[in-house]
Amino acid sequence: MTTSEKSTTSVWRERIMLIVGPFLQRMILPVGAIFMALLVGAFFILAIGKNPVTAYAALLKGAFGDIYSIGETLENTTPLILTGLAVAFAFRAKLFNIGAEGQFLMGGLAATWVGTNLTLPMVIHLPLTLLAGVIVGGLWGGFAGFLKAVRGVHEVISTIMLNFIAMFFISYMVTGPMKEESALNIPQTARIADTAQLMNILPPSRLSAGIIIALLVAGFIWWLLWKTTVGYEVRAVGLNYFAAEFGGIKPNYNMFLAMMISGGLAGLGGAIIISGLFLRYQHGFEPGYGFTAIAVSLVGANNPPGVVLAALLFATLSQGALGMQNMADVPQDIVYVIQALVIFFVAAPQIVQALPDWIAKRREAAQAEAEGAQLEGGQA
Amino acid sequence: MNKKTPVIEMRDMTKVFPGVIANDHINLAVYEGEVLGLLGENGAGKSVLMSVLYGLYPPTEGEIFVRGKQVDITEPKVAIEHGIGMVHQHFMLVPPFTVAENIILGSEPRTGAGTLDIAKAAEDIKALSEKYNLEVDPYAKIEDISVGMAQRVEILKTMYRGAQVLILDEPTAVLTPQEIKGLFKIMRNLTESGVPVIFISHKLKELMEICDRVTVIRRGKMIGTIGIEDASPQVLASMMVGRDVVLEVDKEAGHPKEVTLDVKNIHAVDQNGLPVLNGVSFQVRAGEIVGIAGVAGNGQSELIEVITGLHKAKSGAVQLMGETITNHSAKQIIHGGIATIPEDRHHRGLILDFSIADNGVLGSHDQPPFARWIRRNFDAIKDYADEFIQEFDVRTPNQEALVRNLSGGNQQKVIIAREIGREPNLLIAAQPTRGVDVGAIEFIHKRIIEQRDAGKAVLVISNELDEVMGLSDRILVMFHGEIVGEIPGEEATEDELGLYMAGAKRNTPPSQGGETK
Amino acid sequence: MDVLLSVLSVSLFASTIRAATPLMLAALGGIFSERSGIVNIALEGIMLAGAFFAMMISYFGAQMGFPPLVSAAAGLVGAIIFGFLISMIHALVSIRFQADQVVSGVAINILAVGLTGFLLQFIFKTSGNSPSVPSLPAMPIPLLSKIPVLGDIFFNQSPIVYIALLAVPLSAFVLFRTPLGLRIRAVGEHPKAADTVGINVFKLRYLGVGLSGILGGLGGAYLSIGQLNIFTEGMTNGRGYIALAAVIFGKWNPWGALGACLLFGFADAIQISLQNAGVNIPSDFLLMLPYILTLIALAGFIGRSRPPAAAGAPYEK
Repeated sequence: MTTSEKSTTSVWRERIMLIVGPFLQRMILPVGAIFMALLVGAFFILAIGKNPVTAYAALLKGAFGDIYSIGETLENTTPLILTGLAVAFAFRAKLFNIGAEGQFLMGGLAATWVGTNLTLPMVIHLPLTLLAGVIVGGLWGGFAGFLKAVRGVHEVISTIMLNFIAMFFISYMVTGPMKEESALNIPQTARIADTAQLMNILPPSRLSAGIIIALLVAGFIWWLLWKTTVGYEVRAVGLNYFAAEFGGIKPNYNMFLAMMISGGLAGLGGAIIISGLFLRYQHGFEPGYGFTAIAVSLVGANNPPGVVLAALLFATLSQGALGMQNMADVPQDIVYVIQALVIFFVAAPQIVQALPDWIAKRREAAQAEAEGAQLEGGQA
Repeated sequence: MNKKTPVIEMRDMTKVFPGVIANDHINLAVYEGEVLGLLGENGAGKSVLMSVLYGLYPPTEGEIFVRGKQVDITEPKVAIEHGIGMVHQHFMLVPPFTVAENIILGSEPRTGAGTLDIAKAAEDIKALSEKYNLEVDPYAKIEDISVGMAQRVEILKTMYRGAQVLILDEPTAVLTPQEIKGLFKIMRNLTESGVPVIFISHKLKELMEICDRVTVIRRGKMIGTIGIEDASPQVLASMMVGRDVVLEVDKEAGHPKEVTLDVKNIHAVDQNGLPVLNGVSFQVRAGEIVGIAGVAGNGQSELIEVITGLHKAKSGAVQLMGETITNHSAKQIIHGGIATIPEDRHHRGLILDFSIADNGVLGSHDQPPFARWIRRNFDAIKDYADEFIQEFDVRTPNQEALVRNLSGGNQQKVIIAREIGREPNLLIAAQPTRGVDVGAIEFIHKRIIEQRDAGKAVLVISNELDEVMGLSDRILVMFHGEIVGEIPGEEATEDELGLYMAGAKRNTPPSQGGETK
Repeated sequence: MDVLLSVLSVSLFASTIRAATPLMLAALGGIFSERSGIVNIALEGIMLAGAFFAMMISYFGAQMGFPPLVSAAAGLVGAIIFGFLISMIHALVSIRFQADQVVSGVAINILAVGLTGFLLQFIFKTSGNSPSVPSLPAMPIPLLSKIPVLGDIFFNQSPIVYIALLAVPLSAFVLFRTPLGLRIRAVGEHPKAADTVGINVFKLRYLGVGLSGILGGLGGAYLSIGQLNIFTEGMTNGRGYIALAAVIFGKWNPWGALGACLLFGFADAIQISLQNAGVNIPSDFLLMLPYILTLIALAGFIGRSRPPAAAGAPYEK
């Protein structure tokens, strides 16, 4: 068929599909997985005798019901974008960074230190505070990369270990050297200086300018991955270590670099959360962004635009959960169940395919049984 | 002979993978007392056919008979029960386990208490190894034994399970000519004690030597079965590739000029600190092809890696055009003028999930015009890819296609285009035609000779003696990390090379110690 | 020094054993799973589920009027069953559906947090702590418990401690002396080789993961109804990961894992008793010890620790 035979609309449709098609194709798996997870979540809600529609409506209202909720949801999105990018970037080098949590926390601690201990004008103090998070987070991640590159230590195990080491180290710092001098004896640091704080951009919510930084960083990482030799080398190492080495790329250096960039991204997330939201470090602060980041990265297909969307999704879930608990009386922990299910479905898409097959088989079996019974009945 | 019932018979065997017909109505029968050859090119479907027989894949269509009785082989367990034993091309041995543990795995002798009876296993193994003359040490770990012994362990594994027929999948690839003779003796022993052997190979001379009959398949189709008395290497070759092939490579004599590559007394060790190169010295001149022959694992791979900066030399020197490049980085060496076709295109040669264009610039991806600072120049990258796709006749829809989706021959062309495109002073071609079809082999050989005629130095490393003898102006033989023989290309014979390859002969001076700087 | 001596008491060693018990059980489970070729960072989630369901079943037992001991024993069985079921999700996703085993493990751990929190809220209308339920008391073993020092350390403990102590030699025996163990190890090292001699790779991997569910569930039960009599949200507090560390530190060997768990348990116990003794050393550094030691072990400074060759790779026929 030549173009002239087609109507103008079909030509346009084709042209649009040429651009949008690949994007849609890439969306099928994550959107399908989210849909399936919400569906299974609905069964849980039904099982405790509540209405899933009411519950999910409450969830949406909790996340987007008013300016305050929207701001809070976006504030939750910020660290998830950065930790999600951290996991995704490492994944591109075929490294599984389970340590985004530790890098995030260490970055937050470093930002707190710079924010509380230095007295500087804002134009220097604020960037320095955030930079401290990047550097310390980068070193924390880079150390795992170093162990992998030099001693062959599997990054999954080393980053898990480094998460705990970070937690206990921070616990020590917050209850010891960095503890606020106060009569109340609360295990927390002092408040960071005004000059180290990110400004609020959507009152009355607590949304800070950190979201803008996160989006800019996502754009930068996209450029780095796809438009530069740095991304080419990191991806080459991730896809074939030995061929990359053969092509003059230093695989060990690139693995170290990828882990350092990954850690730096997570560390920036920690710094932004301190500088824009909490303003001090409290004992026991473990928000778990680094673990949700794994889901964010998977659902976002390890690609920055996808990561941003996935971060928004998971932030919506966690922000809306409280609304769901209050308004629809559904325990907010259900969102963890949904999150886990999304991971399962994205990581093993065959489950989604196998399910209809299984149901069809069951139906067939039931039908056969029914027919058999009918036959028997007829004979009797 | 046809009046007897075959021990194993496959009728109209068909195996379809999504998009590929691996086996198309193949008939095969093996009788008591014989060695049946199964001949075909790489990818012709030999291994798939045998995997179906062994229950690793279910057949799409067709029947299997064991001593005249139709059987349904759904998994290896069933094949074993029917007395089918198979030694796979890649050994199926668990490296940290002992020989005995590997042999009994899955059919373990038990004590009264139900625990492993290793003592009994060792005894049984000893008896079997005496019966078939297969010497092994039951208590040695697989990771510590030689390739030859590992192969004997594999054969014993099948005998331990009472195999009545033995399938050997490309068993000679890793052996020296002398070890191959030993293997053939074992095969004769087996057939004489009632175990027929199916010998899968694409090496014509070996098939001529050991087989009674040969079944030939080509691109998944049955070509025919021929008695060895009616066969010759030429007949087998034309059955295998479907036309008369020139086994010789067509080329003029070389005109060697100045020394391009000078390797001086290189010593190197592997990751366990064991010596792999023990004083290697040789030169390659511009305008000549030097071939390196040797049994795989005698240091050839490490030698290339030392020259190309992927493996550290402990001592000695590598010079390119008079400049010392010993232990320089891979990047420096590429830019210094060495291009390499690596021995395994999937291992080192290509990034399968990159596009043709991205693979085409690997190694020069950070050089102008392909990049400025860290920004990649996609126009230049694409133009370059379009150019070499045309010139090297890479069959692909476009340069955006992932290399994974190309055929083996086209993948190899991408590598060769990339490496020759560097316009190197020295081209190293390691196993340049491994696993590509005959048409591509001729194309690649022509390109390599072109490079020599254009005045480049060329170093060819191959496990295929025919290839080394066909291409080289001068042949070096490696054994135990040393160059033990140097023979002018036109004078080399397979028998003579075999003696050098086995370490039985030497015409080079023993290497000096190499610990000094 | 005096302080140090004063805390080095029988009770310190007894609490070392108690701290090591849940680690040991989970670590043994981890060994079976990883030896069969399935990486298991899901131990944390499995333990958490075990702890919750042990509490829940024990609670319902008591509600139905069963004697405390029966309820608690039923809780133990419940922990085993639910630990097994949770592990089967991991097995199904990573064996049947060939997903990345680490990803699946992460999802299991998140699922366990969500599920236990959800049920705690739904059934008990509370978050944080469950109501108290019947627990398994210490059961001194006649005669043996009377042995001075050793009696109090080893033989005056909860039955789950005895199970853990017996499970170590039993696991070592199964792994290294029986055909089953040989096959499990073969499947984790070179599944294709095992497949070609007729061994069912999938079945053995399900078995390996299932054992990690059973043992991990038991380990979790010890936390809720062994040491305490309540369930607390997130009460495993990283013990699943410490168990994983013990697997690696112990080189995938039950005896090695026992040693690692005792060492980690000792670090935990001495940290608590030092604090109780009012010694002001930063306990955080003692708590860090297992993780630092594991990193050092992995980096190869105390003998190289090498995982089963095929661990982490899905098997495809």
